[in-house]
Amino acid sequence: MSQHGTDRVKRGMAEMQKGGVIMDVVNAEQARIAEAAGATAVMALERVPSDIRRDGGVARMADPRITEEVMKAVSIPVMAKARIGHIVEARILEAMGVDYIDESEVLTPADEEFHLLKNQYTVPFVCGCRNLGEAARRIGEGASMLRTKGEPGTGNIVEAVRHLRQVNAEVRKVITMSEDELMTEARNLGASYEFLKEVKSLGRLPVVNFAAGGVATPADAALMMELGADGVFVGSGIFKSDQPERFARAIVEATTHYQDYQLIAELSKDLGIAMKGIEMSTIAAGERMQERGW
Amino acid sequence: MKRVGVLALQGAIREHLQSITACGAEAVSVKWPKDLESLDALILPGGESTAMRRLIDRYGLMEPLRDFAATGKPMFGTCAGLILLAKTVAGFEEAHLGVMDVAVERNSFGRQVDSFEAPLEIKGLDGAFEAVFIRAPHIVSAGPSAEVLCVHDGKIVMAKSGRFLGCSFHPELTDDHRITEYFLSMIPHKSDLLLPN
Repeated sequence: MSQHGTDRVKRGMAEMQKGGVIMDVVNAEQARIAEAAGATAVMALERVPSDIRRDGGVARMADPRITEEVMKAVSIPVMAKARIGHIVEARILEAMGVDYIDESEVLTPADEEFHLLKNQYTVPFVCGCRNLGEAARRIGEGASMLRTKGEPGTGNIVEAVRHLRQVNAEVRKVITMSEDELMTEARNLGASYEFLKEVKSLGRLPVVNFAAGGVATPADAALMMELGADGVFVGSGIFKSDQPERFARAIVEATTHYQDYQLIAELSKDLGIAMKGIEMSTIAAGERMQERGW
Repeated sequence: MKRVGVLALQGAIREHLQSITACGAEAVSVKWPKDLESLDALILPGGESTAMRRLIDRYGLMEPLRDFAATGKPMFGTCAGLILLAKTVAGFEEAHLGVMDVAVERNSFGRQVDSFEAPLEIKGLDGAFEAVFIRAPHIVSAGPSAEVLCVHDGKIVMAKSGRFLGCSFHPELTDDHRITEYFLSMIPHKSDLLLPN
C-alpha cells in the first residue's frame, strides 16, 4: 500500500532542505565542490543565470548529459530547470530521475499563458513567486516548494528582498483577516479562497519558501534567512566568484548561523571579489526575468 | 519537565520541536556544543546527512555529540539522523557518530520519484503509523544489541539499540506524535544515568 508522489512526499522533500543552500552547477566538478561545501542539493544547468543574461538567445533545459553527470557525481539531491510550460522538458527530467524540477523563469518560457500542471507528476516542482497571488497559483498547479524570483544573474539582492517581504506581508495580512474578508482578498490576489483559508489556519504558507535571485555574499544569504526564508538558492554567486570553494562554504555557514554576526564577519573576510553585479535601473523592463510567469 | 534537544544545523527542525512540545516536554534548538548542557535527550532530524556532517565538523560538535551519547542519554535519529548515529554506513569507510549498533545504506529506496508513504506496523505502537519515506536509508543489519521495531518491504526501517532509536522515515512530517512519545519514554530517571545500557 505504498503511495508515491503524494503531496506529503513531494512537499516533505523540500522540508528536508530547510536551513540549507542549493547551488547552481554546470558540471560534475562544480557539483562535487558544492557537495563538499555542505550544499543540501545542487541545481544542474547548462549556463548560470548571469551567463544566460550576457549571452542572450533562447535558454532551454540543459543537455541531459550534463544533468546525468551531475547525478552520478553527488549523493545529495539533484534539481534541474525546465522552461515554463514545457511539458516535455519536464517529463524528460522526471524520466531521468531528477529529484526536483524548477519550472523556471531563468529559462525562456515555452508557454506565455499556461504553467505546467505540476500535480500530474510524481517528481516535485519548485517555482518562483513575487507575491502571494503567484505563490497561490503555483501551489494550485501543484508546486511543492516556492522560492522568490528575485532578479537572477544580477548579484543584486534587492529584488529577492522585495519579493520575500511582499509574500510575507501578504501572508501576515491573511492570517489577521477575519474569515468573511477572505473571499474578497482571494479575488484581489488572484488566489483561491481555499488556499487563503489554509494559509490562515496554518499561520504560514503550506510549502517551504526559499530565497533566490541575487544572493552574492554570505551576508546576503543571512539577510534572506533573517527575513524569514526557509533556505537559500545561490545561482551565479558561487562559481562566478574568485574562490568558489571558500565562497560556497561561507554561504552555507552564514545560512546556518544567520544571526551570529561576528561569525559572519569572520566568514566574509578575504573572500576575494564577489560576482560583479548589476544595478536594477540598468536592466530594461523587457529583460527582467522576474516578469516571466503569471 | 524533560528537556529535549534537536540538532538545529539543517533540515526538519521545526517539526521535531513542535512534536516535542506537543508531547509535553521542553524543546531546545542545538547549534553549539554548549546547547547540549542540561538536556535529557537529543533528536537528530531529517535533512541532508552530508551537509549536517560538514557543519558538525566545522563547529566542533563531533566530540560533544559522542560524549553526549556516552552519558547514556537517549538519542533519536530520523532519516539523515539515523545515518549520523549508525556504526557503519555502506560505501563509506568511516561512520559519522558511529554510536548505534546498526549498519545503514543511504538512498536505498531510490531517488525522489521513488519516495513514498505507507502505513507501518511498529512494535510497541497500537495501530498503523502513516510513515513518510524521502530518499530514505534503511538498516542493512542490526547488531546483537539492537531490537528491530519495524520491517517494511523486507527492509528494516526502525530499530532500537540501548538508548539509541533510529528510523528511516519522518515521523515529524505527520501529526502523529506516538513515536516522539515512545522516544521520551526512553529517558531514564536521573538515578539510572551512567549505568550500562
